[in-house]
Amino acid sequence: MTAVSDVSSHAMARARWRPAEIAFWVLAASCAFLFPSRYLIMTDIIRLALFTLSLDLILGYAGIVSLGHAAFFGVGAYSAGLMALHGIINEPVIALVVAGLIAMALGFLTSFLVIRGVDLTRLMVTLGIALLLEALGERFSNITGGTDGLQGIEMQPILGLFAFDMFGKTGFFYSLIVLFLLFLLARRIVNSPFGLSLRAIKNNPLRASAIGVPVNRRLIAIYTVAAFYAGIAGALFTQTTALASLDVFAFEKSADLMLVLVIGGTGYLYGGLIGAVVFKMLQEVFQTITPQYWLFWIGLVLVVIVLVGRDRMHRWALWLPNLVIRQVTGRKAVVTVPESEAP
Amino acid sequence: MTTLFTILFDGVAYGMLLFVLACGLAVTLGLMNFVNLAHGAFAMTGGYICAVLVNNSGWPFFAALPLAFVSAAAIGVALERTLYRHLYTRSHLDQVLFTIGLTFMSVAAVDYIMGSSRIFIKLPAALEGQFDFFGVGIGRYRLMIIVICGLLTVALQLILAKTRFGSRLRAAVDDPRAASGLGINVPQVFAFTFAFGCGLAGLGGALSAEILGLDPYFPLKFMIYFLIVVTVGGSSSITGPFLASLLLGIGDVAGKYYVPKMGPFVIYTIMIVILIWRPNGLFGRTAAR
Repeated sequence: MTAVSDVSSHAMARARWRPAEIAFWVLAASCAFLFPSRYLIMTDIIRLALFTLSLDLILGYAGIVSLGHAAFFGVGAYSAGLMALHGIINEPVIALVVAGLIAMALGFLTSFLVIRGVDLTRLMVTLGIALLLEALGERFSNITGGTDGLQGIEMQPILGLFAFDMFGKTGFFYSLIVLFLLFLLARRIVNSPFGLSLRAIKNNPLRASAIGVPVNRRLIAIYTVAAFYAGIAGALFTQTTALASLDVFAFEKSADLMLVLVIGGTGYLYGGLIGAVVFKMLQEVFQTITPQYWLFWIGLVLVVIVLVGRDRMHRWALWLPNLVIRQVTGRKAVVTVPESEAP
Repeated sequence: MTTLFTILFDGVAYGMLLFVLACGLAVTLGLMNFVNLAHGAFAMTGGYICAVLVNNSGWPFFAALPLAFVSAAAIGVALERTLYRHLYTRSHLDQVLFTIGLTFMSVAAVDYIMGSSRIFIKLPAALEGQFDFFGVGIGRYRLMIIVICGLLTVALQLILAKTRFGSRLRAAVDDPRAASGLGINVPQVFAFTFAFGCGLAGLGGALSAEILGLDPYFPLKFMIYFLIVVTVGGSSSITGPFLASLLLGIGDVAGKYYVPKMGPFVIYTIMIVILIWRPNGLFGRTAAR
């Protein structure tokens, strides 16, 4: 082992595929054959994972705290729904990309509002945009279907070959493939020099601009990309459930999303994926215990996570896997604690 | 013309109410740079305590109001001492997560204890109905709100401007480090102010049951309004949030009257435009730290 000397070799070393990552994806794919009766919930997890990945890009890598990320999810969901409903674009894959692009356009336009001001203003503006869209959706209920949502969406077969079936098998594989492809893209982005500059901005915007990183342009770029991801997640939601209603914009959705990301850990891509799995399981458990009051337990989880400290929690969670890795391979653990949040 | 005055009157009453509800938040934010999204939960607590006292125990309304203040303040100070104070130095993300968690817990807990439907507080007969004042319909209850909140605002302004505690508080808001260097016990000042702000929110919650509607989702529904007051008004004085609340109250009532179909659209648009134009609030003096 040679010591990593400069930034580029360090970055290259970080970007290399590790056995644990390959194992993760093999495991994810094999879930399809392990639990053939639970396609619907697994699809749900994948959608959530993609949505969380999107938040991780702006929160974990660029440090933008957003309370209204559901806005892009909602725009993606409604675009896909409306396109399918009115037969504008029937082919799901193209519709998916177009829905993502529409969300991306909105993300680009709103990014100029978001990069202005400090954390609190950002919170307000992101929250305000989501609420604004919700109000708009209610206002134009003749288009959006109001609180009832879009009715009677019928999806065409994917690429004209694979029809959506009632058990959700097609939907599951479709979502998994989309997630994997977008994950590869995100992995490429965060390990590129662009991704490194984002981290620099997150750690200290002033210093980043002093070493020549165009802070605002980088933030606009990553915000736009994240909006694209969220739009795709929303479109997947509509396509796999044939549903789109106004609560896609709800504040609870954005808040839940933060919880998912925090459970998984911010600042590394698998955080969103792991968080989505854990969150859905927690939700299932709480909903079976107290169907009506599960919000209380979700709140309690949030409070406990913050009070215990996110870093400490992740160290505990990683203690066992790291121990196993050390014992088996006899080298330093590869699964590391995600970068800590500077106050 | 008379409808204009009625809208103005209702808007002022609404705005004053929002100010009492939200001014505690301005202090939390200005003094400790702490993002407290759970502020509405204290308001809801005060409202429900008042409702239980009046409806179930038969207390007179005006006796229950101070108790709503005291109990919300007591809960506030207890939480501040046990939980909140650990989070002052943490990142905004942690603060947001923590207070959202608290809000969710309060929503579900109140839902569990009191049921999910909207509750009403039995008002004394003297406060019901309205009377004509030069042709303008004046609601008695709203008039009472304007009187109470107006007095509170004047009292707050006097405390802040004239008393020793007020000058300590202003010093701590301006620069906590320099203030503690001068021997001001900043955490203590903050605990007092936090409790007082929570108490005011509790009082506001009790007063608002009639106008805003009180149900378990109150903290989530009105969170955005409180935040608008604080961000638009800036957190460096109380005049800023006061003017922002009046603006918001009048704007909301007028918007609902003249363009009812647009709903809350008007308010959110105005807020976003103002925040783009002045990211630190309309009346903010300094950049937020």
